[in-house]
Amino acid sequence: MKQNPISFQLKLNPEDFLPATEEEKESLVIMRESVSFWKDGFRRLMKNKVAMVSIVVILIIMVFSFIVPSFYPYSYKEQIKGANNLKPMEYSEKELEAMAAGEKVFPHIFGTDKLGRDYAIRVMMGSRISLLVGLIATAIILVIGSAYGSIAAFFGGWVDLVMMRIVDIIYTIPDILLIVLLSFALKAPLGALTSLPGFGWVRTVGENLISIFIVFALLYWVGMARMVRSQVLMLKESEYVTAARALGVGNGKIIKKHLLTNCIGTLIVTTTLQIPSSIFTESFLSFLGLGVAVPLPSLGSLASEAINGLNTYPYLLFIPAALISLIILSFNLLGDGLRDAFDPKLKN
Amino acid sequence: MLKYIAKRVGLAIVTVWAVATITFFLMNMVPGGPFLSEKAISPQAQAALEAKYGLDKPLFEQYLTYLTDALHGDFGDSLKQRGRTVMSIIKTKFPVSARVGGISVLVALCLGVPLGCIAAIRRGKFIDSFISVVATCGIAVPSFVICTVLMYFFGVKLKLLPTLGLTSWKHYIMPVIALAFYPTAYIMRLTRSSMLDVLGQDYMRTAKAKGLSQAVSIFKHALRNAILPVITYVGPMLAYTLSGSFVVEKIFTIPGLGGEFIGSITSRDYTVIMGTTIFLATLIVVMNVIVDIVYKIVDPRIKLK
Repeated sequence: MKQNPISFQLKLNPEDFLPATEEEKESLVIMRESVSFWKDGFRRLMKNKVAMVSIVVILIIMVFSFIVPSFYPYSYKEQIKGANNLKPMEYSEKELEAMAAGEKVFPHIFGTDKLGRDYAIRVMMGSRISLLVGLIATAIILVIGSAYGSIAAFFGGWVDLVMMRIVDIIYTIPDILLIVLLSFALKAPLGALTSLPGFGWVRTVGENLISIFIVFALLYWVGMARMVRSQVLMLKESEYVTAARALGVGNGKIIKKHLLTNCIGTLIVTTTLQIPSSIFTESFLSFLGLGVAVPLPSLGSLASEAINGLNTYPYLLFIPAALISLIILSFNLLGDGLRDAFDPKLKN
Repeated sequence: MLKYIAKRVGLAIVTVWAVATITFFLMNMVPGGPFLSEKAISPQAQAALEAKYGLDKPLFEQYLTYLTDALHGDFGDSLKQRGRTVMSIIKTKFPVSARVGGISVLVALCLGVPLGCIAAIRRGKFIDSFISVVATCGIAVPSFVICTVLMYFFGVKLKLLPTLGLTSWKHYIMPVIALAFYPTAYIMRLTRSSMLDVLGQDYMRTAKAKGLSQAVSIFKHALRNAILPVITYVGPMLAYTLSGSFVVEKIFTIPGLGGEFIGSITSRDYTVIMGTTIFLATLIVVMNVIVDIVYKIVDPRIKLK
């Protein structure tokens, strides 16, 4: 066919339509597996030395507070006669006699308190309580906060307006005032509850501990709710939500399956950073005498008990004080690391 | 602007009302009345006392009476400290707390902002890592730990500072350090990250390009913008220094409002509980409103919603 030199006609050659050679195909083959969200995040987390060290520290503390006490030779409420106020690694006279007779006596690594209870096991139990409070309270906050925030954002309009005004009010209420009041007010109804059949567990957990959980459930979810709301507001405009709606998926399922799963990064980070602040608040309350019930120890109440003997037995204070700071610090650092790994947008 | 202020003030009033209502009904849930703990008094005397303070009326009526009185600035008489009104208790105790708290806030601002700036300007250098580590550790230490450790070393071991009471300037040192510790660390982190943000902005490069000295560009351009997040934190910080003072006042036995509050709950002094709660809540809410408004004035870029 004769071509006009100035025409815009396509200049096609028959060779352009030959099948591709193997060599050419190779460049299109995906060499590496695609990196999933989790893999990518974990790879970044593994590189972060500070975060890895804090994970190790947290794991060690967890082993000591959850596993070691079950085969430790002393119990946290057992009062050893004649072994009051021992210094670390010191033995009572009786124990010295027993040792002279050839028996083996497990040393009191941190000494004993004024009632003759082994302090090492009390510290371990104390950190168990503190960790449990932190984890359970955070779980409560996570559930309430994410549900509330996503519902407010998803339905929008006046629902959002009313729900967020409530959040604003709770946010400005001075929390410590209400915590102190609530934990006093809830003591009696919870105490009455223990006498009912089927609620005996309330007594073993301690009424104060449960009122702490209720306080967290009532007051502390607002930060989480705000965080989730801002994420969902952005995500609900995405095409896949429209597509899901066009397919007739219900509102509840869209929130659960599409919206919340897509802000998982924010959820992980906020949750991890919530744990230390829950532990912080618990230790504060225990210190004021509003925390766990005796004889159950918590790091805050151990520190509070130790103040009276500060002159003579300062280590009784320093051990729980150092431990609580270490736990909070490691969770904070881990949270920072997770934020950098899973939610790089938040990094500044 | 006016609409915004009106909205904020309206929300603040609702918040204070909510706090007052919650406190009122919670307090009445607490078992044991104010006159039960004393040595056995005859039922007649107890009835007479309850009638005197209006405790025999239905709960809702008590609530309405209390609200109207409180609106007139009358928080009633203390049930336990005979002959003292709640207002007079607040008037004597609050200045003590306010002085310690105020000094702490000033210390936190005067230390936190400059140190945070230095860390941001010398990013990656030794001083930056040092300040960051101190700040990270600082927000992990609860105030009671700082209080007790300070007390042990400076009060008990070295005997440099007095541990109890609040009579000379020396008494202020430890409580102020304990109260200012967390806010200082937090402000350092906040200033550092917002300063880093600002230093990366285009206008900072422009300032450098037009030949401004580093000092001028930092003080005139960077600091003014970097300080904004710190302003929003001042409200919550005030709340913290007031509430954190519960522990600090307990440990150092400072006769302040925090100790009074805890004491009034244990002794079931209803009117004092109500009075101090409403007073502290109002104070915190008012501070938040002021901070919000100041923030909008300082930074006109923020939309007035």
